[in-house]
Amino acid sequence: MAEVIFDHVTRIYPGNDKPSVDDLNLKINDGEFLVLVGPSGCGKSTTLRMLAGLEEVNKGRILIGDKDVTNMQPKDRDIAMVFQNYALYPHMTVADNMGFALKIAGTPKDEIRKRVEEAAKILDLTPFLDRKPKNLSGGQRQRVAMGRAIVRKPKVFLMDEPLSNLDAKLRVQTRTQIAALQRQLGVTTLYVTHDQTEALTMGDRIAVIKLGILQQVGAPTELYDRPANVFVAGFIGSPSMNISTHPVVNGHAQIGDDTIALPEEVVNKLTPEDNSQIVVGFRPEDADLASAEDANAFKLKVVNVEDLGSDGYIYGNIVTDGLAADEGAVMSDQDKMTTVRVNPRALPKVGDVVRIKIDPTKMHLFAPSTENRLN
Amino acid sequence: MERIEIDPRLTQATSVNVNNVNGYASLAGAGPVSASTNESPKALRITAASSNPKMFTLPWHEPLSTWPDDLLANLPRGISRHVVRFVRVGNEVYAMKEITQSVAEREYELLRQLEKIDVPSVKPIAVVTGRHTKDGEPLEAMLVTQHLKFSLPYRALFARNLREDTADRLIDALAVLLVRLHLVGFYWGDVSLSNVLFLRDADSFAAVLVDAETGELYPTLTNGQREYDIDLARTNIIGELMDLSSGKLLPDQVDEVEVGNRLVDRYHSLWSALTDVESFSPDEMWKIEKRVNMLNDLGFDVDELEMNTDEDGNRVRVRPRVVDAGYASRKLLRLTGLDVQENQARRLLNDLDAYRASTWRQGEDLEIVATDWMREVFEPTVRMIPAEYRSQIEPAQFFHEVLTHRWYLAEQVGHDVPMAQAVASYIENALPQYKIDSKVMEAINEDADSGVVDDESTYDDDDYNPEDDPDAAVWSH
Repeated sequence: MAEVIFDHVTRIYPGNDKPSVDDLNLKINDGEFLVLVGPSGCGKSTTLRMLAGLEEVNKGRILIGDKDVTNMQPKDRDIAMVFQNYALYPHMTVADNMGFALKIAGTPKDEIRKRVEEAAKILDLTPFLDRKPKNLSGGQRQRVAMGRAIVRKPKVFLMDEPLSNLDAKLRVQTRTQIAALQRQLGVTTLYVTHDQTEALTMGDRIAVIKLGILQQVGAPTELYDRPANVFVAGFIGSPSMNISTHPVVNGHAQIGDDTIALPEEVVNKLTPEDNSQIVVGFRPEDADLASAEDANAFKLKVVNVEDLGSDGYIYGNIVTDGLAADEGAVMSDQDKMTTVRVNPRALPKVGDVVRIKIDPTKMHLFAPSTENRLN
Repeated sequence: MERIEIDPRLTQATSVNVNNVNGYASLAGAGPVSASTNESPKALRITAASSNPKMFTLPWHEPLSTWPDDLLANLPRGISRHVVRFVRVGNEVYAMKEITQSVAEREYELLRQLEKIDVPSVKPIAVVTGRHTKDGEPLEAMLVTQHLKFSLPYRALFARNLREDTADRLIDALAVLLVRLHLVGFYWGDVSLSNVLFLRDADSFAAVLVDAETGELYPTLTNGQREYDIDLARTNIIGELMDLSSGKLLPDQVDEVEVGNRLVDRYHSLWSALTDVESFSPDEMWKIEKRVNMLNDLGFDVDELEMNTDEDGNRVRVRPRVVDAGYASRKLLRLTGLDVQENQARRLLNDLDAYRASTWRQGEDLEIVATDWMREVFEPTVRMIPAEYRSQIEPAQFFHEVLTHRWYLAEQVGHDVPMAQAVASYIENALPQYKIDSKVMEAINEDADSGVVDDESTYDDDDYNPEDDPDAAVWSH
């Protein structure tokens, strides 16, 4: 049991002038499941490897449960890198497969048996302890490998994209199991992934990192409901948030031919660097079709519709001067279009021009100059 | 997975980016080239470094575990979490591993990089993606590598009741491999006996990396990365030996933990011999030569020495730079064109020296003597390998073992024994141990499959479906 602290931690690779991880301050609470998420090359794996002792720390320090481990060897840190392709040994029983590392460490036999039995109970492997791997299902084999990490009772679990080498079926199943297991064991965990869905579904808290700089840390709903900047807004959530930059005219955002009202205190926060522009973001589920009379709505030409039964989605382009933008390029990049979730029983048709109204309480507003949140 | 910087050695390499199909012969009439590596192509795609048209004829639409026996080569396999099979493709034998697309593409790329910088690793052949069953169900991607001829997984070596020191000799080979990989900046992340193949090398073994799933190439490694690899190696080796012991396959006198510790010791002494900075006074420069000779004896070549003088000029600090293994094997290759393991090369070079002395040709160019030695000694001997053993024993290993056998025969009878007689006796008395009994082979491959986590056909219960696994559901709530 331990908390983990990154205290002004920087990692610069030899020969690079830009840090891969820059002045990171992050606290993982005792027993917490923290997911570090970001695109490829953002520094998330480097961060995990610094905690593991695989990467040097150029500036700052790392603490595990009050102990400064910055210059400690990996094996002395009391951490477990889970799922490093644990092999199952065919001639050893499930119990021996789980406990052999303790035997090497000289743990007394009774203690090994006790810990193995505890782990087996959590993993529901108790009836199989004396079986050989051959007589187990694939899922059970996978859990024996987890058991091998659990019995060590490390202070911290480190997981670097642990699901990446599993097939799709096993991945979803294992995702649920890891999250449930971590909660049962209460071991402080740092989990690294590029997949925001994994982050949202598994973490107690999520830390989003980009180009070596921590963007935001918070509970999944916090990040989803109040992203601190444009990057987090676009990265978290699927389908992703609609984000676009618009001129600000008389306290309104000019969206194509239409305008929508902006809160006064937000407009007041804009600076000359923002050039009278504002970044408006809204999630597909936070807007709806509006009638012709509705104020604060904008026109969208529908390019594609999807009926998923429970939900309907429309994809379209904002109408300016009576014309929809980028008509030629539309099909190639649905991401650039505005996406709105609508009632599947009242789906507009492709080619329709509809009016869209954003729920004003669910609008995300950012300054173009800093990309930081304004509301 | 992040790739931080490109190793400068690799800028010389041809394209290794799997997405960049232009760098390869893309064999199949493929589906659209996906922008993301995670996106699976809709049609079968084979990305290969070289083309083998026979690759098209394989049943890619079937799970690998159900491929028909007549396609498979019956060779011993190591323990793996994934389904692995040896498949005959034309005149070649390929190792095929079923894994997720992103892992297959990454490992393929990494193996290609390792190939360019010349470390002992298996040769990557292809990545096959976009596989579907005839009903359109997606199948996992496959990584295809070349089966390393004459190589064996450690389990096959232990199945034959070899010498008591087999474990020690395997560990020594693994330590050399680990040091070589670390010298070029390769962090392995999963060191074990299972993840290497062994080649006989005279009285020792040489180890070759076969699994690079968790590996990464850096300009240099940190001590933490090296220490982690070493610690993991120790744990895995002890586990693997304990497993052999549970299966009554390990001689009783072997202490598993001691063997694991041996890896740590061997690694550290080799690493320090290769990289330590030594300090001499200027009149002790002969010590530098001694250091170089010692490294040569360990099988490493020194290309460069880094020398610095202390500020007061009283001490010279020396550190060998750019060291690589294969000192004797390169010498033999230059002289004879034979490409063999290091200790085999030493033995052959010794025999070449003996031949030179016995034919009174010390004054002649070694290159010329070597040509005659090949024609008169080496080739006639290895031509006598019976056809049925030609795929089981390397010619250089055969030659080495015949020499050893001949020495023992001579000792017994008290005088020299002609080569032809030694060969005949060796073939009759010693060579049969190279054959693996078919029952033993079956047991090894059954063991190998019993750790697979992602293939239903290897489970005990044929009806098993992870989705319906009641205990999986129970414990996850």
